[in-house]
Amino acid sequence: MENGATIISVKQLSTHYGERLILDELDFSVRRGEIMVIMGASGSGKSTLLRTMLGLNKPSAGEVEILGTNVSTARQRELYRLRRQMGVAFQGGALFGNLSLIDNIQLPLREHTNLDENTIRIMSRLKLDMMNLSGFDALMPSELSGGMVKRAALARAVVMDPQLLFFDEPSAGLDPVVAAELDEHILELKKAMDMTIVVVTHELDSALRIADRITVLDKGKMVICGTVEEVKQSQNEHVQNLLNRRAAREPIEPEAYLDMLTRVQAARPHRGHRHD
Amino acid sequence: MIKSIQYIGAKTIEHLEHLGSLTLFLLQVLRRMLMPPLRYRALLQQLHFIGAKSTFVIVLASLTVGLVLGLRLYFEFEQFGVTDRLGSVVALSMITEMGPVFTALLVIGRAGSAMCAEVGIMRSDEQLDALECMAIDPYKFLMVPKFWATLISVPILVAIADIVGIFGGYLASVVMFDVPSGAYIQSMNGSIGWYELNMGLIKSVVFALIIVWIATGKGFLLHLDKNGAYGAEGVSRITTQAVVMASVLVLFADYLISAFMV
Repeated sequence: MENGATIISVKQLSTHYGERLILDELDFSVRRGEIMVIMGASGSGKSTLLRTMLGLNKPSAGEVEILGTNVSTARQRELYRLRRQMGVAFQGGALFGNLSLIDNIQLPLREHTNLDENTIRIMSRLKLDMMNLSGFDALMPSELSGGMVKRAALARAVVMDPQLLFFDEPSAGLDPVVAAELDEHILELKKAMDMTIVVVTHELDSALRIADRITVLDKGKMVICGTVEEVKQSQNEHVQNLLNRRAAREPIEPEAYLDMLTRVQAARPHRGHRHD
Repeated sequence: MIKSIQYIGAKTIEHLEHLGSLTLFLLQVLRRMLMPPLRYRALLQQLHFIGAKSTFVIVLASLTVGLVLGLRLYFEFEQFGVTDRLGSVVALSMITEMGPVFTALLVIGRAGSAMCAEVGIMRSDEQLDALECMAIDPYKFLMVPKFWATLISVPILVAIADIVGIFGGYLASVVMFDVPSGAYIQSMNGSIGWYELNMGLIKSVVFALIIVWIATGKGFLLHLDKNGAYGAEGVSRITTQAVVMASVLVLFADYLISAFMV
């Protein structure tokens, strides 16, 4: 498949949690070899969109097609075949607490390949080196710093050399220096391994640094999908607020906040899945 | 009035939905239990955690149960001059009732709660999603070793509990109250047969299935919990629910098996 060809297409995608509309008729595509950043404020539906793209949530309407497979309707076997060509790095790392760093990274290789022990060791060490984690092989996830956990998650996600990488909130909870370092790793992966990368983030600096194109969401609706320049030039109020780090509305008064809190607690919303 | 009916209706539907999800979970795991390959290393780890690490507490508890049984029954039997039947009653009680039930309740408290919390945290921390995204089947990878390990461990633990409990009864009656050792063993031999042993075995397997099903199922389905928090609070709540639910189901199953097999 040539660079520039559509690798992911999201068509008329809508998702509900109970009665609540989370994603509203989203339409966009991701091209091979590009870094697509999905941006939006908290509660805009970014993580739900990512989970739906990964086939972890079923949409209420529309479809997501990745490498020719309709994720929304695919049987488990097809989905697993597709997922072997994809890597996913979760926001909290999702490393297995009972496995050491190296065992975490070797897990996909052990489960999906018949490679001998030596090759598995070499391949996993390569990825550790790539993420500046060499020397920490034997550490348990609980002994790693926040930045190391993110890099370890990234190393595990790319250990099978996937065509497609998804990264949920790479810079969340990291200081700017470590966040910038992680952005460099993402750019390096794109360059060195010719990967198509989808990054979900609310960090503007990170998005502008790594993105080829940006999709901006607001309350489940797509506001814009375009290149960094197109997004910067957009006159849309929400995009401008996001770019200028402005609050979308006036700061809330303490009395109004307390009132809202009381109402929320009284309502006790039903939750199916966590979303951003 | 209408609101009360609506509330009861909604709660009933919610519980039925949850039971349906738990049943589907059980079917998914049972289907995969017979599919090769089995992860032997994980199975050994689970056998160590569920079986070996529970042995001490089971030995201690069943010894106490046997001692108490021997002690209490001696004074009752002495009034009727039938203390030579002590071995029979202690052994019957341990093999058909006390051994399986006490072992199951202790395994729920020690290993069941830990399994539920472990799987719940894995759900909450997206580790189960990570497995799915790595195209690794979480039922096969995580649940099957736990199911096999519990189904193997609990009957063995029950057998240990039975033997230690009978020994406890022996200590109380023979060593403390001078009941003839031969009479204790003779009466026990005369009353324990395949029927009693089978009942103990069936109970231990059914209880093991209940424990591992509820413990892992509640953790696995944490994200479907409709009553609130997803993180630490959610894990603590479902762990409590799993312990209570598994304990009640074990006692209920004990009654049903006893009723059907008598």
